[in-house]
Amino acid sequence: MSPRIGPHLLSIDDLDRAGIERILDTAESFAEVSGREIKKVPALRGRTIVNLFYEASTRTSSSFELAAKRLSADVVSIRSAGSSVEKGESLKDTVHTLSAYDPAAIVIRSPHAGAAGLVARWTAAAVINAGDGKHEHPTQALLDTFTLRRRLGRLDGVSIWIVGDVLHSRVARSNILAFRRMGAAVTVCGPPTLIPREIEALGATATTSLRRLGQADVVYVLRMQHERMRDAYVPSLREYAERYQINSARLAPGQLLMHPGPVNRGVELSAEVIDSPQALIGAQVKAGVAVRMAVLYELLAGSPPLAVAA
Amino acid sequence: MTDEAMTGDPRTDDAMSDDRMSDDAMSDGGMTDDARLAGGLSRRAAPPAQLLIRGAHLLDPRTGLDGPHDLLVRDGRIAELGAPGSLPAPAGVEVLDGEGLHVFPGFVDGHVHLRTPGQEYKEDLDSGTAAAAAGGFCAVVAMPNTDPVLDQASTLRALHERARAQARVPVGFLAAITRALEGRELTEMAALADAGALGFTDDGRPVACAGLLRRALQYQRLCGGVIALHEEDPSLSRDGVMHEGAVSARLGMAGIPSVSESTMIARDAALARYEDARVHFLHLSAAESVEALEAARRAGAAVSGEVTPHHLTLTDECVRSLDSRFKVNPPLRAERDRRALIDGLRSGVIDCIATDHAPHARHEKEVPFEEAAMGSTGLETAFAALYSELVRPGILELALVVERLSAGGAIYGLPTPRIAPDAPANLAVVDLRRSFEVGADGYVSRAENCAFHGRRLHGRVVLTLAAGAVAFRERVLMAAVAPR
Repeated sequence: MSPRIGPHLLSIDDLDRAGIERILDTAESFAEVSGREIKKVPALRGRTIVNLFYEASTRTSSSFELAAKRLSADVVSIRSAGSSVEKGESLKDTVHTLSAYDPAAIVIRSPHAGAAGLVARWTAAAVINAGDGKHEHPTQALLDTFTLRRRLGRLDGVSIWIVGDVLHSRVARSNILAFRRMGAAVTVCGPPTLIPREIEALGATATTSLRRLGQADVVYVLRMQHERMRDAYVPSLREYAERYQINSARLAPGQLLMHPGPVNRGVELSAEVIDSPQALIGAQVKAGVAVRMAVLYELLAGSPPLAVAA
Repeated sequence: MTDEAMTGDPRTDDAMSDDRMSDDAMSDGGMTDDARLAGGLSRRAAPPAQLLIRGAHLLDPRTGLDGPHDLLVRDGRIAELGAPGSLPAPAGVEVLDGEGLHVFPGFVDGHVHLRTPGQEYKEDLDSGTAAAAAGGFCAVVAMPNTDPVLDQASTLRALHERARAQARVPVGFLAAITRALEGRELTEMAALADAGALGFTDDGRPVACAGLLRRALQYQRLCGGVIALHEEDPSLSRDGVMHEGAVSARLGMAGIPSVSESTMIARDAALARYEDARVHFLHLSAAESVEALEAARRAGAAVSGEVTPHHLTLTDECVRSLDSRFKVNPPLRAERDRRALIDGLRSGVIDCIATDHAPHARHEKEVPFEEAAMGSTGLETAFAALYSELVRPGILELALVVERLSAGGAIYGLPTPRIAPDAPANLAVVDLRRSFEVGADGYVSRAENCAFHGRRLHGRVVLTLAAGAVAFRERVLMAAVAPR
């Protein structure tokens, strides 16, 4: 059976395991390209890719832009500030306007769940979800899976703990789905106010205690957002850090540490573990470009497996 | 009082003599045409129906009628019932072959949003009542969350005036409990009652402050009128957009917990008991709410409850699609909630079915789910949805669904339609054999935000008589007029 990919990437649910593996394999080839002096291939020459970002983003938007450029595509990047979006144009009208440029793909980041899915209904372009509300962030999950597969060879049977604010995290949702699909066992851990009811339905085990963190092969820490504290989801960041911060006392030797960034030093992670060799945070960022190149390539350049000429 | 005024009166309450009814109709503002109906209902003038339906299956759970009969309507009243084929057609009476059709007492929807005044781009009195008639409803009660809010007697009088020009079925109105629905000051409830308010509600919002609601319940002793409550504790529902459960966990959208509704029902039932007041709980959605209502009844509180067709037939699983048609308030909940609502309807804990028909313009729904307006239209699909999803699979009896669909007016003291000689003709004629795809031929409502859009449903309303007049007739319906 051929891998299932696309026609859009709105959710990890748009990929089966073979589809994920295919993208990761392609990303390996592009990682090799990224090691060259000329980091560019002509795969998408003459195609247009629109990046539509309704939310602040540094690493996701820059890595999508770079990925498109390294595939030789023409790139238009639109941020909500200073655009017609700010003038109250509806998402539908914006998408219709941009579709007039006949883009091959629209990459969208939105504060609202399902925005990417709506865009897919309104355009002929392939739509890639770069984060929709607290719903999903599938390319983050793919680059995390890529990073782990590179390090461990495979994810089957690996125990991954996702620690922190699961309630508000699109990364957590996409990663639970991707890690499970790749054969890992996933546990989510955080304060009871930040673990959604019935999260087990996604295939994860839920706990509010780090007591059994020792069983984890990988500790994936989520960003704690300061506004959550104002909303009284936790009484104070100090109390949060005391209970849930991953530091050298809690991280066992041999465990791998991941974080989607940007890190709040001293809150969810202590400085020493961020800088330890167990941390894969730098590798995650680096994987971003190759994986997003692979996603664009697989959605746009079609079926035959990539052979990157040396 | 003329006969016309009486035919326009949907009351069938046996306790009321015809004389009383005409007095009521006459007493209010000196109206002499049949557009001004007794009991706080208004609709535009319409000629009384002259109709013979031959051999249709008549079903009226309240009278025990359940079988094929001829039914003659003269001058807007049910004149005679007879064995199939037994009634001759008087001159000038339209004859309809009812073979294979069902005739029910007209449905009464105690909960619709007609968006007038101020939001006519969503719906108006004409389009909304046309949708009601197309769904077999012979009377509807509209909510006051309009623009401006229905919180002043002058606004309510103007609205009745407009209904007398535009409404295709009789419409009654609830007025707001608090000014501008802000939950801070009571409206002039007594003046609103005098202007024809059937009751009071801040629907769309809860009365969060218990002390303020208590004052309204006390004031009810002065002005009468049922107080209808949208139950939701805002400190629990917060910025929620859907039911809190496995699906909201998957989608990452803020959830509205079931207890945000049920705890308010328990609170307000206790207040109603303490003040000896009469309250009605709008659109129940959760299993815990059914339990709270049942407990309140057992304790002797004067409470009632309603449920919508969408909460009886759909669950939060629909929301996985992120289709904003499924964004309603209260939210579609889990399967266990849906089952509890069905059980509550069957046992009688829940008194009636109401649609909460909530039309919105396309641009208010064609946005991401979290941004979309809350609500689904429901008038045109209510019967078919219930018949298809609950009666055909054998979950509820047809008679029970018909009974609960026609029970909404009684909550507000309106007469309940009956199929009985001398009763005003309030009838829904339905072809149970016919199916249709919802929305495939558009909607009668101005809005298209129907949670059942695209579904194939069984049970097509083909003719509706409201207060003695034909309010809806499907175009393909064949009829012959007997020569004069």
